[in-house]
Amino acid sequence: MLTCRPLHPVFGLQCYTPRLFKAVGFPRVGGISLLEPGHRRLDRRVLVYAALAHLVEQREDGTALIYIDRHLLHEVTSPQAFEGLTLAQRGLWRRSANLAVPDHNVSTLASERADGLAALPDAISRLQLQTLDDNCAAFNVVEIPLDDIRQGIVHVMGPEQGAVLPGMTVVCGDSHTSTHGAAGALAQGIGTSEVEHVLATQCLIQRKMKNFRVEVTGQLVPGVTGKDIALAVIGRIGTAGGTGYALEFMGSAIRSLTMEGRMTLCNMAIEAGARCGLVAVDDVTLDYFRGKPLAPEGEQWETAEQWWRTLRSDEDAVFDNTIVLDGNAIAPHVTWGTSPEMVASVHGEVPRLADMPDETAKQGLARALDYMGLTEGMPIQDIRPDAVFIGSCTNSRIEDLRDAAAVLNGKRIAPSVRKALVVPGSGLVKAQAESEGLDKIFLDAGMEWREPGCSMCLAMNADKLQPQERCASTSNRNFEGRQGSGGRTHLVSPAMAAAAAIAGHFVPVAASADGGGEEALT
Amino acid sequence: MRAFTRLDGLVAPMDRANVDTDLMVPKQFLKSIKRSGFGPNLFDDLRYLDEGEPGMDHTKRPLNPDFPLNFKCYHGASILLTRENFGCGSSREHAAWAMEDFGFRCVIAPSFADIFCSNALKNGILPIALAADQVEALFTLLYANEGLRLTVDLGRVQSSCLMARCGHFRSMPSAGIVCCKGWMISVSRCKAQKRSGSLSSNMRRVFPGCLEISRCDQNHHAIARRRHRS
Repeated sequence: MLTCRPLHPVFGLQCYTPRLFKAVGFPRVGGISLLEPGHRRLDRRVLVYAALAHLVEQREDGTALIYIDRHLLHEVTSPQAFEGLTLAQRGLWRRSANLAVPDHNVSTLASERADGLAALPDAISRLQLQTLDDNCAAFNVVEIPLDDIRQGIVHVMGPEQGAVLPGMTVVCGDSHTSTHGAAGALAQGIGTSEVEHVLATQCLIQRKMKNFRVEVTGQLVPGVTGKDIALAVIGRIGTAGGTGYALEFMGSAIRSLTMEGRMTLCNMAIEAGARCGLVAVDDVTLDYFRGKPLAPEGEQWETAEQWWRTLRSDEDAVFDNTIVLDGNAIAPHVTWGTSPEMVASVHGEVPRLADMPDETAKQGLARALDYMGLTEGMPIQDIRPDAVFIGSCTNSRIEDLRDAAAVLNGKRIAPSVRKALVVPGSGLVKAQAESEGLDKIFLDAGMEWREPGCSMCLAMNADKLQPQERCASTSNRNFEGRQGSGGRTHLVSPAMAAAAAIAGHFVPVAASADGGGEEALT
Repeated sequence: MRAFTRLDGLVAPMDRANVDTDLMVPKQFLKSIKRSGFGPNLFDDLRYLDEGEPGMDHTKRPLNPDFPLNFKCYHGASILLTRENFGCGSSREHAAWAMEDFGFRCVIAPSFADIFCSNALKNGILPIALAADQVEALFTLLYANEGLRLTVDLGRVQSSCLMARCGHFRSMPSAGIVCCKGWMISVSRCKAQKRSGSLSSNMRRVFPGCLEISRCDQNHHAIARRRHRS
């Protein structure tokens, strides 16, 4: 039985309006001069430096102490932090800034969740989930429990509840915290030591990030999504291209993306090496957050909106690095290798060894081809997945499920696809999808409709690939063994995964929607 | 955290780019609620021939004979030499804990992922970013000298010592590195440099700002040994 208990009233404490900032005594600094000694064009604002509103102290060694508005917690990276607090006999600095939810290690089978944690077969996982419950109870942290309809992947649940809002500083012990940058928040993943630090002090020591402008001009063609932009950007700048930067996505193609699409895009910023991805606040952002459970209301909303609308970079702001992509030219992308930068258009082919610039690249390619069981020069459309996974913090929101269902509607998955999971990002996404009849489409197509969680994206639970099993996955990492030891991952958008499920091999999604691919007709 | 200002250690190679934290600690071990005990699972998929699960007796598992960290000559290594973008991917601090538990105190690579870098520093592991050709030269040196040891001496270079505390090593050409087997090399951008001794022209080329280059004398080893004993 799903329950929906109201969140604690104090939990919604809004510290993000300028007025309240003044009230709690954290300086709101005009301009960017404090973090930017010697920077060009000091008078031009860059979105990432909006975090200066959260500056507590600028330190002489070049680091800065930043106040954190929202701290999201999950079961995997928090137990050692709570243990540290207990050992040091420290309490939480601001209890109401924290919100916990189990997601990484939960079962996605309804039968294993019926009685809370008791039915979970894996004792080690059960202990980890129990530890989160115990810690939240001991430290009085608000937790959305497993049997709550709002439970879901932390990066889906956060924006859905309005726990993350524009202009906030957000951290979580998970690298995909970059997702929340879609709201114009400075959101980044941290390690467990930093989780403990934030719990105890509500602050984080930061080094100024450089800023990287990623402009996508024009408009995306139908069938191309935020996922494809993300893969195209990573293919262009590489998995280390954004290291030390915050990526700010802008341009007409980004403006046209929905919040879900922007979250997908910012989610993948970390795969380009950037801790943060950001999109400036506009009407799309405000429409999304208006009315969310933890969003401000009435006069408070008005005050907040005034400030949020300023969360954008100036037109003539100077960035440390810039790339411009033509949105009209981006095709659906498929990764072929063991790193997100090993990616090609669905119309392309796997690279050849002879085309590699140096010996390290050649060895990397040879190792990836060997692991992935592919041959050089092979067309992407000849790759035949055995499994399909639609889910993860990248692509498990309602729009993602709608995209996939639109392709699958009335069709069956190919017999060669032995495993096909659809895992909604949260209980609310699941309920919404069911109210639209999307679950029926997936089930009729021969796919499994699961309970919310991280599932086969990192395969901590029982949802995993067998060795050499090949998966069309809407997740974010195709590292060796990521979805199960020996498993082979191809990252794609939900529509592309659905199209591959029907055809039994990768196909351009528009063609599949028209019924193309001979297997699709069966 | 066990901090150090001077580390003398055996170097082991991890000759691949983009080593991710999934590779360093596979996800099944993240179910642990402890901070220690991840050492036996460092690079688990590469180190062992079977698939590891939490709770296994790792001493009884079949080792992969082709994986360098299993080679006898690298046993007890405390410095890892590797390639670009080390530690990319997940923010799991378990990766740094596993490195520390295994015995690594220092990683030398051309570049590091941001989150791993801060996790490493919080656990007393020093990430040193050197230029790609400097790393290449160290690889060459390592493959040519079985049992190569390096000394990382933060006290010798003022700026790098400062950086050690604030956790920034991006401009790490100014790290003090002493190679004990044969040559002592201190790499620094320090202008007031005094060059002495001789070094192969190749090493000079890739370490252009060498502060001093001289042959290790017996005395140096004796001091190191005495320090080690005490």
